[in-house]
Amino acid sequence: MQGANWEYLVGHANYWLFVTLMMTGLYIVVARGNFVKKIIGLNIFQSAVIMLYISMGKVEGGTAPIFPLDGEIDPAITYTNPLPHVLMLTAIVVGIATTSLALALIVRIREEYDTIEEQDIWEAEQEISARERRQYGEVFGEAGK
Amino acid sequence: MAIGLAAVRTRSLFALVMLSGGFSLISAALFVTLDAVDVAFTEAAVGAGISTVLMLGTLALTSRYERPPAHRPWLPLFVVTVTGAALIYGTLDMPNFGDANAPAMQHVMPEYLAREPHEIGVPNIVTAILASYRGYDTLGETAVVFTAGIGVVALLATLARRRRRRDGEEEES
Amino acid sequence: MRHHLILRVITKILAGTIMLFAFYVQFHGDYSPGGGFQAGVILAVAFILYGLVFSVETVQQVMPPWLVHRAMALGLLLYAGTGVFSLLTGYNFLDYTALAPHHPEHGQELGILLVEGGVGITVTAVMLSIYYAFVGRTPVIGDEEW
Repeated sequence: MQGANWEYLVGHANYWLFVTLMMTGLYIVVARGNFVKKIIGLNIFQSAVIMLYISMGKVEGGTAPIFPLDGEIDPAITYTNPLPHVLMLTAIVVGIATTSLALALIVRIREEYDTIEEQDIWEAEQEISARERRQYGEVFGEAGK
Repeated sequence: MAIGLAAVRTRSLFALVMLSGGFSLISAALFVTLDAVDVAFTEAAVGAGISTVLMLGTLALTSRYERPPAHRPWLPLFVVTVTGAALIYGTLDMPNFGDANAPAMQHVMPEYLAREPHEIGVPNIVTAILASYRGYDTLGETAVVFTAGIGVVALLATLARRRRRRDGEEEES
Repeated sequence: MRHHLILRVITKILAGTIMLFAFYVQFHGDYSPGGGFQAGVILAVAFILYGLVFSVETVQQVMPPWLVHRAMALGLLLYAGTGVFSLLTGYNFLDYTALAPHHPEHGQELGILLVEGGVGITVTAVMLSIYYAFVGRTPVIGDEEW
């Protein structure tokens, strides 16, 4: 009984580690206002998901999924599941592509608002909408009445 | 792990970018120990190489320091804890790490391993699945990368505009 | 970066080696880890390294932006074109048997080669054009302030 419990704990510790890492990334995304930092948080989140998938594909005693060159396949050798590798490999490249798109957006935001802090942008937006309301408010207000 | 925590604390974005580069390199090492050599390769090239350069490029275009957070972190912390607890509850039913009898190993994987040598005959199974069995997926991924590239060019490209302006000046002179 | 002699010399040696390695990864991807995605990234890294140490203009003489932008589309077209070719010759979309009807295995190898080539071209071009796009902006932080 004790042995089974221990095995269960060790067998699941990797999932829990990745969940913790994932949550670290999520925390950065939610709690921090700086956009570059949010992107890095997202990247950490993504890496954690990738690690989770790869660790699911691991087989005890398995080796990398590459057959020997001569085509003589030894049935005694167990190979690690190659499917998660394929999926995650493309996920990484797509990840960097979308990250760069996000970074490009950040650069544009910086040029437009002169800041990359969420709070500042929110304030600037408030200010703009307040100014617009002052400017066009009377027209719309009277029309509304 | 430690790098993840350090990333939460540090406020200098430059140090942060360097940390994330190191984080990628370490996770690449982790992928090698998990037998995912292809993934490790990609992670090392992409994470530690390209993305660090891009981040630094962005920093040069924006700012180097982060402002201290405006509000207390309790609400995000609470949200994160609840989500994490839910996820861990979800993992309780998962098979043990490295279990050869896990459902993921039962159906598709032996099929691929058995059929690959005489159907395709390429030693690297990852390449075979990537390019042949799951060719549609990879076509889609390539299209996504392509679209992201177009997006960045559309957002940031000054090159075409500058060239046009230079052409205009030449015509005038 | 004009004053860093060591960096400049090492870069000149390394850039070629990195490109060679990228092509090895590209074409040896059937037998060892690697493939179009990795090779594309590595090839782009060679150009970016050269651009970082010397100047973007030097790199753009070799790889002008218009060429890079065309190559982005070319890679995707090569990939999709392989699929359409097999479609036109009476097989399923992306069924590589069409490339060598009498030797299915040869067809597979050729198909994988073409497709990975398409992926490699697209990834290289996208990474390079992203790099060009970021460099094309004037930075707010000067070199001295780092």
